Order: sequence, then C-alpha cells, then structure tokens
Amino acid sequence: MPILSPGQDSRPMPGRAAPWAMGVMAAMALVALLIFVLFPLWTVAHSLTGSRLLPNGPWVGLAQYERLWTSERWLISVGNLAIYAVGLLSGALGIGAGLAVLLDRRIRAEGLFRAVLLYPYALSFVVTGLAWQWMLNPTFGLPGLALLSDPDLAIHGVVMAGLWQGSGIVAVLILSGLRAIDDDIWKAARLDGIAVWKTYLFIVFPMLRGVLATATVLVLASAIKLFDLVVALTGGGPGLSTEVPAKYVYDMMFENQNLGQGFAASTMMLTLVLVVMLCWAVAVWWMGRRRDHR
Amino acid sequence: MLAGGAQAADLEVVHWWTSGGEAAAVQVLADAFNATGHRWVDGAIAGGGGTQARPAVISRLLGGDPMGATQFNHGQQARELVEAGLMLDLTELAQAENWHAVVHPPDLLQACTVNGRIYCVPVNIHSWQWLWLSTDAFHKAGLEVPQDWAGFVAAAPALRRAGIVPLAIGPQDWEASNAITQVLAVAIAGPDAWRAVNVDRDAAVARGADYAAVFQAAETARAMSRGSHASDWNQATGMVIDGRAGGQIMGDWAQGEFAAAGLVAGKDYECLPGLGMTPVISTGGDAFYFPKQDDPDVTAAQLKLASVMMSPKVQVAFNTAKGALPVRGDVDLDTANSCMRKGLAILSQGQVLPSTEIVLPPDTVAQIDDLMARFWASPDMTAAEVQDRYADLIARAR
Repeated sequence: MPILSPGQDSRPMPGRAAPWAMGVMAAMALVALLIFVLFPLWTVAHSLTGSRLLPNGPWVGLAQYERLWTSERWLISVGNLAIYAVGLLSGALGIGAGLAVLLDRRIRAEGLFRAVLLYPYALSFVVTGLAWQWMLNPTFGLPGLALLSDPDLAIHGVVMAGLWQGSGIVAVLILSGLRAIDDDIWKAARLDGIAVWKTYLFIVFPMLRGVLATATVLVLASAIKLFDLVVALTGGGPGLSTEVPAKYVYDMMFENQNLGQGFAASTMMLTLVLVVMLCWAVAVWWMGRRRDHR
Repeated sequence: MLAGGAQAADLEVVHWWTSGGEAAAVQVLADAFNATGHRWVDGAIAGGGGTQARPAVISRLLGGDPMGATQFNHGQQARELVEAGLMLDLTELAQAENWHAVVHPPDLLQACTVNGRIYCVPVNIHSWQWLWLSTDAFHKAGLEVPQDWAGFVAAAPALRRAGIVPLAIGPQDWEASNAITQVLAVAIAGPDAWRAVNVDRDAAVARGADYAAVFQAAETARAMSRGSHASDWNQATGMVIDGRAGGQIMGDWAQGEFAAAGLVAGKDYECLPGLGMTPVISTGGDAFYFPKQDDPDVTAAQLKLASVMMSPKVQVAFNTAKGALPVRGDVDLDTANSCMRKGLAILSQGQVLPSTEIVLPPDTVAQIDDLMARFWASPDMTAAEVQDRYADLIARAR
C-alpha cells in the first residue's frame, strides 16, 4: 500500500519548467485556491448573516448557530447521521468482508457473483430509494418489514437500503486487497496449522489496513452526503424521524428561503468532513510510520 | 396579428404543472398566447409543488439568465426577487385593464404588490378548507355521511369496527401542517382568531383557549388517522375513492383525483368546506412573475402574456381545466360541479382568508410544517406541547 512513500516521487522536479508552464501552474493553483478555500470561506462568512433568499443579509453574529443547535430538526438530523454512519460502517465493512472472503475461496462463477454484488452500487440512490420504498411498504412489501411507517424504526430502513447499495463495492475493494496477499503467507499459515478463519482474522486482515482505511473513508463520506436516498425513500418522514443534515441544508436554502441558516448547517457539515479527513490523514501517517519502523 | 409594430418574440415560461389535468390547463394558456402571434416556449420543471422548480428559477435569475415568465405561489416566495429589482413592473397594464376592480378577492392583487407597484398576475385560487368523504365507506359502516366535523369524529369508532381508517393522510409534512393550521384552525377557532395569529402574528391568541381547542381536535384527528399508510397525498385520496378510508382533509386539488376516477360529487363523494362548520376558504394559488429583460420586444410579449392570463375567456377555460376557481369575480363557471359551486358561493359571499403562504414568510411556514409533521408522527407529543411551540414560532416570525 504505497500511500506515503517519501523519496520515490516520480514527478518532475520543479524549478526547471518553462516560464509559461510556471504561469499555467500558478493560474491552476489560484483556481484551486479559489474553489477549495475561498468558496467555503464565503459560505462560512455568510453563515454569520441573516441572509434569506439572497446572500445579502445583515450581520447577526452566531445567531444562526444558536438557532441551529436549538432546532429539534437539526438535532434529530445529527442523531440520524450518527445512526446511519455507524450502521453503514459496521454493516458495510462486516458484510463486505464476509462476501470478500467467500469470493476469495476460489468459488465457481466468481465473475458472475462479483458483477451481481456491484449491480446495486451502479444504481442511483433515487432508484434504490424507490425500490426499497416498495419492499418496505406495509401493504405491498415484504411481510413483517414495515419499517418505514414507524417513526422509531424508519431510520433503520434507510440504513438497510444504504447497506444493500454500498456493501458490494466494499466487498470488491476488500477482495482486491485479499488477492494482493502473497501466497507464501497462506502456505506458511497452512504449514503452521493455523485455521483458515484465524489466518483471515489475525494475519490477513491486519495486512489490509490501507484498504480498510480507504473503505472506511468512502463509506463515511457517502454517509455524510446522505440526501437522495432519504428524499426518495421517506422524504424525511414519518414526522422528522429520518431527517439528515444534508437535507436540512437543502431545505433551509430553498424551501425556508433562509440562506444564513443553510450556510450555518453546511459549515457544521464541512467541519465534520474536515474532522473525518483529519482522522484519516493521522491514521495513514501512523501506519506509514509503523511500517518504516519495521 | 401584432399591434404597435412590435416583433413577435419567444417567451420561455417556467412552471411546475406537469400532472395530467395540470398539463391540459397549461395548454390553454399556451394556445391563447400563441394566438397573439408570439410563441410560448414551455419550460416545465416537474416535482413536489415547485420545490424543484423554485431553486432553479432563483439561481437562473441571480445568474443573469432570466426566463420570460415564471410561476410562484401567491405570497412571499418571490418578494426578495422583486425587491432586488429583478421583476417587470406591471402596474401600468394593471391600471389600464382595471385589475383592481375585477380581481376578487383583493388579497390576491395585494399579494402581488410591493411598495405600491404590481409585479405579478394571479391566475387561480386553490383553497385548503375541504373535508372529502367517501359515501361508500360510511354506508359500509351503516352510517349516514356526516354533515360536519363533530359528526365525522362521532362516526370514527363505527368506521374502525368496519375495518375502515376514519381519516386518510399521507406522510408529507405539509399535509398534517395545513390540515391543522389552515383547516382545523379556521373551522374551530374561527376566522378572527386565525387572522390574529397568522396576519397579526399575535402569539397570545395562539396560546389561548380558541387554539387549544384546535390542537385538541388535531390530537383527535391524529388518532383517527392511525393505520393510514398512504405514501403520498393522492394515495390518501385514493383510499377515500375506493372506500378504504372515511375521509381526507385536503385542498380542492383533490377533486382532480375524484374526477379522474370517474366519481361524481354529491353522489360518490361529499365535500364539506370549512369542515361543515365555518364556510370560509383561503385563497392560495399560483401567480406568474415576469423577470426583467433588455429586449423591448420581449418586454412587449411579457405584457401581452400578462394580459392574456387575466382575460375573462382564459380565466374560465384555464381554471375549468385545472379544477381551480378563477381570480376574477366577474366570470361564470358553467361547468363547475356541486363542490366547485359551494366554493364559488363562499367566494362570492366574500367569506375568504389569505393563505398562510401569503401572510407568513417561507421560513416560518416551513418551520411550522416541521413541527406539525413531528406532532403528527409522535403520539407522545401532547396538544399543549405542540400549541406552546407553535406559539413560539408565531412570535418569532419575521
């Protein structure tokens, strides 16, 4: 897993480029700066205003954040995001790892199974949402699974649909990692008489840290973005029971016509993404250090 | 033929009328406009009562790519766009055609007016205050179709025993919200208390005894709707249509569903405006705005379209197709069924209120929607609790 490999940089050394190339690079850097730094800053700045339909409201300090963190709907949304993220992360990694191991046992028609696993991922969340809306419909759907009309259970219906959609890609990612494991390791384990499941759990999976970290970040990112699945599956209901932060942002901006509130909520989401990215960067750095020490 | 030497122009018209009956109504407008020599370019954006279309319209306007005309609901949705100077001023046309005298109720034109100038054309009136009842369902339960809300509530246990859900409702937040704050509130607390809360934003009235009765009734209605698993408002209407539910509180657009199913008003289904208690209807609906353009030919075409939309012939044809009431008090709807006639009678007696979208800002309306959706889905939330929080939202409306 060459995530960080200092000294092996194959890119051309800077300093010898033609002046025009320098200009292009400077322009690109400027554009990147504009897109990735200035726009978010603009959003943060306007979250401190009382902007309604147009971003021209008066300065109100932290009032939007006060309203945000006392809003029942936002608190429910954040709670739901936590449930969804935990459910999706544990579920997708668990199911994904299980499926990957099954595929890794050199079964027949592996290609077919891989394709089948990936099909849900190729469907958009909107299609997924509508399909599951019917499957979980109390009248027409799977018996005993009428999750969506119960406010306490509806969010788990969303998790279920998310897992159905997202587990396959995690399985394929892990499978690619499993295939990169050297056969010698398996031979050695067999010679030592270590059970297959123990080999997976204590030898192989620890070697897949990089793949697992990538899968974790992918799953978490898709959890934070969660919007279209909820819109298609439940519309946030029953009541407010399946509201999520991204939908809060969208509704505030376009339905409530309250840009300031929407910007405050999106700033909180941005903060959350930064925290996740920071954790990932630290984890990668830490793993790289451990490898160097070995 | 075009008058005054102006050139024919293409006008892109954005709206969100895409269901069967709505599309037929739009065609009426398009045909009438095309007959003036200009060309209607349809810019329909489907989805959820304009929740998809409005963001698209707003971002196009702010991005300097204005369309020829665009739909909004009556009220404050477009107010900031008008204040930012993005909309064409229609005051002179309105004076020349005497809109002030013909538009009825006058609230509608008032909703188009910002700082004394007129910026939109109201095209239809839709009202919320209707209870739709299935004749079949009540007969199956061995009952007569009730004449008012109290009768309906009294019939609920018998309906349950017959395996019928008394009150059908879909899951969207605006359904419970409008059923409580526009229908139950107007019928039970009365129009004066409703005005005090929604127009004058008097939180004391919202905390008072009149509104306590409203939220008590809402609790009853919530219990009556238990077991209604409709996944959309028109599926809830469908339950009333095939007798699986006793009734539904929904705006007059539900009539389109009954008509499409071939049901006859007064025979297969009954309608009770104001829940049979308080015959008052609100006057929500749709209006068209005309974003400012540089090309004088386009401006001329915009004014022409505004004039066409307000003309008596188009008002009758358009609203007949849409199942709505016309905005002019001086036209006759010959084809109206018995329910529409009830609405027209109430309208002509002036028993009208503005809709919440007209009098409250979108932020407050949406917050109330959230609160009511929560209340409806949480049997543990009491009437007193929701009343208290509703009054807080009214007090904070800005």
